[in-house]
Amino acid sequence: MKQKRLHIDWTACDGRGLCAELLPELLAEDDWGFPTPRDGAAEPAVPPALEPEARRAVDRCPALALRLVS
Amino acid sequence: MTNALWYFARGSGVVSLVLLTVVVALGVGARSGRTAFGLPRFAVNLLHRNAALLAVVFLVGHVVSLLLDSYAKLRIVDLLVPFIGNYRPFWQGLGTVALELVAAIVVTSLLRQRIGARAWRAVHWLAYLCWPVAVAHGLGNGTDRSTWWLWAITMTCAAAVAAAGAWRLSAGFARLEHKTPRRVARRLELEEVR
Amino acid sequence: MTGATHAPGATVERRLLAGASDGRLETHLAEHGRMPALDAGQIIGMARDAGLTGRGGAGFPVWRKLSAVAAAGRPAVVIANAAEGEPASGKDKALLAYRPNLIFDGLQLAARATGARSAHLYAPQAALGAAGRVLDARRAAGLDAVPVTLQVAPDAFVAGEESAVVAAVSGRAAAPADKLIRVIESGVDGAPTLVQNVETLAHLAMIGRYGPRWFRAAGTPEEPGTFLATVGGAVTAPGVVEAGYGVRLGDLLAAAGGPSSRLQAVLVGGYHGGWAPADPALPVSRAALEPFGAAPGAGVVLALPEQACGLRETARIAGYLADQSAGQCGPCINGLPRIAATLADLAQHRARPGLPAEVQRLARLVSGRGACRHPDGTARLVLSGLRAFEADVAAHLVGRCLATR
Repeated sequence: MKQKRLHIDWTACDGRGLCAELLPELLAEDDWGFPTPRDGAAEPAVPPALEPEARRAVDRCPALALRLVS
Repeated sequence: MTNALWYFARGSGVVSLVLLTVVVALGVGARSGRTAFGLPRFAVNLLHRNAALLAVVFLVGHVVSLLLDSYAKLRIVDLLVPFIGNYRPFWQGLGTVALELVAAIVVTSLLRQRIGARAWRAVHWLAYLCWPVAVAHGLGNGTDRSTWWLWAITMTCAAAVAAAGAWRLSAGFARLEHKTPRRVARRLELEEVR
Repeated sequence: MTGATHAPGATVERRLLAGASDGRLETHLAEHGRMPALDAGQIIGMARDAGLTGRGGAGFPVWRKLSAVAAAGRPAVVIANAAEGEPASGKDKALLAYRPNLIFDGLQLAARATGARSAHLYAPQAALGAAGRVLDARRAAGLDAVPVTLQVAPDAFVAGEESAVVAAVSGRAAAPADKLIRVIESGVDGAPTLVQNVETLAHLAMIGRYGPRWFRAAGTPEEPGTFLATVGGAVTAPGVVEAGYGVRLGDLLAAAGGPSSRLQAVLVGGYHGGWAPADPALPVSRAALEPFGAAPGAGVVLALPEQACGLRETARIAGYLADQSAGQCGPCINGLPRIAATLADLAQHRARPGLPAEVQRLARLVSGRGACRHPDGTARLVLSGLRAFEADVAAHLVGRCLATR
């Protein structure tokens, strides 16, 4: 099963910070509140254990800036 | 039975108004991007959504009980077309308008991922229209309108929404306001065709 | 400096730029004749055998892009990108003015290879008049199987980015788009879209006539063909020079009249490129420039004289790049001005402890976090500046500058 990744649409992201709260293992916040992948990748890998939280982050993002891609 | 339905209809109407007030206040709180009362941002966001769904439950109860109550003379068509009702048609019509606005806001929110952020946001702004219409409906239509407690509740709700609205418009509203606002640079826009 | 054997094709040599430069169709046909009839498979095969890579900066293998768009199976759109938002670059303007027919020949080849039904030229307003007249002449001569539409490219750095090009041709602002769906799959009006730099198309047109082996006679085996370099800065005759990859830096500078003073460093690849030592023996190739965090890119070579301050120049460029952000993405619109301001503090002797480290932190912070590579390119430029002018950084921190004595 291919590893899921979290895709951030930067043209939509407004740094509201809900995703960093829901996925603290994957995302930190930068100086302006925008999500910063901890693994340094443009699309951070989402381990299966964190998939439910990732789906919640995708669903709750006020800007609809997140997508789970494989 | 009719009495029980009638009381439930009025009571659920008032509860709906109070809940809608809570939803508006929580909506402003969610938009601010701040944590509140020790709750993380996503929790404030979820609270806003759950309060809205609860408000819908009471709103549906309010409408259904009125449909079932023969004294109220409410017809299905009155739910769709405002201002043609049998009882105080104007004020009841406002209730219809508020109901339809709530339906639009809730449905677009549930289908957010499908319709995209821009369409969702455009409809969501109607919440600021929906709430005063609901208040007017409650004051104009409810047979309780002469009672002091309804006025007291309505004024409290109005004060809460006014405060939330003032906060929404205030300067330091969003967290991290030293953030540069995102806006597509003018120079990238296509010029008028010469 | 370089131990590698110098490839025979790595010299200054006019191929695209050879011959008369009046841009007229008759002259072009007299020199090169009409394009031989080639089918899609032949065109893609020749591009592959020639090893042609994009000349717009990214250097992606052309045959791969052609195949991908062709494989989509739906009518495609091809766009010749002459936006050239890079201020230090002038090769696309020159090519469009002097060799427009090569570009349009290449555009037709690309259209045939991808099964495109429509083609566009995306160029600055000033170039469209002349281009339009060339297209009219070609239409009258029946040369363009796929009609070509003109589209104005806004005067902005990011306007030449692939998805920004697609947006503009689609009638929207020329702002880069999210890369969830690549333009190769869905671009202009949802059609598979090929965006190719005009120089790349011109090379394709030459390959179509003279073959892959002719193309490979220039450059190196790993990086075949010639490229157009805009040589500027401290040279006596700045301009566009054509050379095979691997050409010695000294030969390139000599073709631009030679340095006008002793050089400190050269900026290679443009404002998203990197600083390299001004070593005349340095080959201008991807392989040789890699250790300096640079690449030939879009062929810009900017010579920095000894009396200029490398940090000040890097700070100036960083400020320009920050100003040119499309404004869509948080890390870019917030981070780039901060990088520029911090670098400016360092360059203007407003030293604070930890300034270089702060610049590095910010550069790493913005990289990979945007809809396009504008923050990455800016970070690359800035980090390469801190490396190349390391000694000057130390001097600036104690209030001195090595260059301006």
